[in-house]
Amino acid sequence: MSAAEQAQRAKTTRNAWLLVIPALVVLMAAAIGPLVLVLIYSFLTPGDYGNVVWSFSLDGWQKVVVERDIFDDSLHLAEAHLTIFWRSVSLSLVTTILSFFAGFPTAWFIATRPANQRAFWLFLITLPFWTNLLIRTFAINQIIRNEGLLNTILLHLGVISAPLQMTYTEGALLIGMVYVYLPLMVLPLYASLERFDLRLLEAAYDLYASRWQVLMRVVLPIARPGIVAGSILVFVPCLGAYVTPRILGGGKLMMLGNFIELQFGQGRNWPLGAAISIVLLVIVMAALLVYVRAINGEKRDG
Amino acid sequence: MAAPVISARNLVKAFGTGDFAVRALDTVSLDIQQGEFFTLLGPSGCGKTTLLRLFAGFEMPSAGTILLDGQDVTVLPPNRRPINTVFQSYALFPHLTVAENVGFALKMQGKPRAEIDETVAKMLALVRLEAMAGRKITQLSGGQQQRVALARALAPHPKVLLLDEPLSALDLKLRKEMQIELKRLQHETGITFIFVTHDQEEALTMSDRIAVMSAGKVQQVGTPKEIYTHPINRFVAAFIGETNFLDAVGETGGARLTTGDLIPVEGVLHGPVTVAIRPEQLRLVAPATAGAIAATVRDLVYFGTDTHCHMALVDGTALTARLQSPASGDIGLSIGDRVGVLPMPGAAQMLRD
Repeated sequence: MSAAEQAQRAKTTRNAWLLVIPALVVLMAAAIGPLVLVLIYSFLTPGDYGNVVWSFSLDGWQKVVVERDIFDDSLHLAEAHLTIFWRSVSLSLVTTILSFFAGFPTAWFIATRPANQRAFWLFLITLPFWTNLLIRTFAINQIIRNEGLLNTILLHLGVISAPLQMTYTEGALLIGMVYVYLPLMVLPLYASLERFDLRLLEAAYDLYASRWQVLMRVVLPIARPGIVAGSILVFVPCLGAYVTPRILGGGKLMMLGNFIELQFGQGRNWPLGAAISIVLLVIVMAALLVYVRAINGEKRDG
Repeated sequence: MAAPVISARNLVKAFGTGDFAVRALDTVSLDIQQGEFFTLLGPSGCGKTTLLRLFAGFEMPSAGTILLDGQDVTVLPPNRRPINTVFQSYALFPHLTVAENVGFALKMQGKPRAEIDETVAKMLALVRLEAMAGRKITQLSGGQQQRVALARALAPHPKVLLLDEPLSALDLKLRKEMQIELKRLQHETGITFIFVTHDQEEALTMSDRIAVMSAGKVQQVGTPKEIYTHPINRFVAAFIGETNFLDAVGETGGARLTTGDLIPVEGVLHGPVTVAIRPEQLRLVAPATAGAIAATVRDLVYFGTDTHCHMALVDGTALTARLQSPASGDIGLSIGDRVGVLPMPGAAQMLRD
C-alpha cells in the first residue's frame, strides 16, 4: 500500500467517525448516560430531603434484600421488598400465560379470516391504544369495584348475596394487566400465524396426527417465534407496570414500578430506588436473553 | 376379479345449497384394484381433486359411500384412514428435518423409536435421499422436496397412496425423471397409487388404468390403450391426444361423410354421428386411389419426428394427418397439392356425442 493510499484510507476512517458522532451523542444522552447515572446513584448516600449525598455507600444495595432493625441494628431479610419482587415476577408470569391463552385463539381467528377482513379485526385489537391507559384502568375499576357493574349484575341475578371484593386484590391486578397487555401478545402471534401454511394442518391430519397432536407438533412449533416475541412484549412491561397496580392495587399491592417511585418520592431514598431499578433492568435483560436464545435456537435448527 | 381395495359408490359432492348448489362430483362410482396405478384425468374443475379429497377424508361426500377393503370409511377422519396423500404443494413441515418429516406419521402412531429410525432409513434409501436425512426442508431443491413428500406419505405403508398433481411444480426434465421414479416406487412397494393429473401424456405413460373425468362425472374408465383407441365419446377423444372430428351419417357398412365419401367403420350406428380419426392413422395416397377421400393440402407444419399436414376436403371440412418425417425431412408435398386420404383399417370411430 502506498503512502497516498494510506493517507486516503485514514481520511475515510476519520470521516466515518465524524459521521457517527451525532448518533453517538444521542445514544449517550438518551440511553447510556442516564443508565450510568442511575448506577452511580445506587452507590451513594441518600440525602435528607431526597436527592443524594456524594459519598460512597453500599446501603442502597444492601437494603434491596436486607433491612437493619431499628432497635438492635441486627440485619434480617427485607421481607416486604422480597414480597414485592415475588409479586412483580409472579404476576408478570401469570399475566403472560393468561395473555397467551386468550391471545392465541384470537390471533388464530384473525389469521384464518379472509385476507380483506383481517385489517378490520386487527383494528379492533389496537382500538384500546387510542384511549389513555389511566382512563382505561379507571374503567376497569368501575366494573369490578363493590358497587360496580359486575357486582351489581351478579347481585341482581342472585349468584352472590354480598358484593365480591375484587378491587385491591392480586386478581384485580391480573385482570387489569391482561387487559392492557393482551394486544402486545396478539399482534406478534398474528404475525407468525398469518404466514402459517394451512395446508400443513391437512398434511399432519393425513399423517395420523390427532387434533391435539396437530396443535402441539405442528402449529405451536412453527408459531414459536411469535409466541416468544409476544411473551417478552407482555412480560417486560408487566414487570415495570406502574399505573395498573397503583389504581387497581390501591397502593396496598405494590409492584416494582410503584416501589421505585416510592423511594424517589415519599421514601426519599434515591440510592435504594436506583438499586431496585438496576435489579429490574437485570431481570428484563435475563428475559431478553431467553428470547435471543430461543430465536438463535430456531436459526441453528434452520 | 379380486375385491377392489377402494371403491366409490354413487359419490356426490355438492358445494353451496339450494339453487346455488354446484355438483363438483355427480354420482361417481369406481372400483380400484390392489396394486393398481390408477389415474384420475381431466381438465381443471372436473372434480378429480374433489374425489381425491373425499378418498383422503378431508371432505365428506353429500351422498354415497367409500369402501376401503370392503369397509365403509365414508365418515372416518383422515387420521384414522390408512390412506396417505402427496400434496401438490408438498406441504412438508418446515420446522422438521427431512428424517423427522418422513418419520412424522410413525411418531404420531406411537411406534417405538427403533422402528421409526429403521423405517425412515429404508424410506430415505427408497427415494435416494440418505445423505439428506439431517437437512432442513428449506435446504432442498424442488425435486428433493418432492421425494421427501413421497417418502413421508409411503413411510406408514398406507393401503392407498393419493397423489394430487405432484409433478406439476417440476420442470419438464425433472418431471420425466419423477414419472419413472414414481413407477419404480409403486412397483417396489406394491401400494395402490391414485394419481390425479390434467396431463394426458403423463396419464397415458404411467397408468395401469385411467378414469377420464369431466363436469363432475366419470366419462370413461379403461387402460391407456382402450381410452386412446376406443374413446367412448367426443370429450374423451378430444381430451386424449389429437383427433379429427367429422360430421357423418351412420349407415350399413360405414359412415357417410358430408362430402359423400363412405368411411368403413365397424359396429355401425345409424343416423347422425361424429367420426373420430387420429391424425397418425391417416395415409396420404394418389388422388384417384379407390376408397380415398379427395383433399387439398392447406398447410404443412414440421415437428421434427413428424410433419402435420392440414388439409381441406372438397366441402371445406378440415382434416389433419400426422406423417412420419423421412430422413431428408422433406415429405414431398407442398401447399395446394391435391391428395387422397385413406384411413387405416379400424382407425375410424363412430361417436354418438
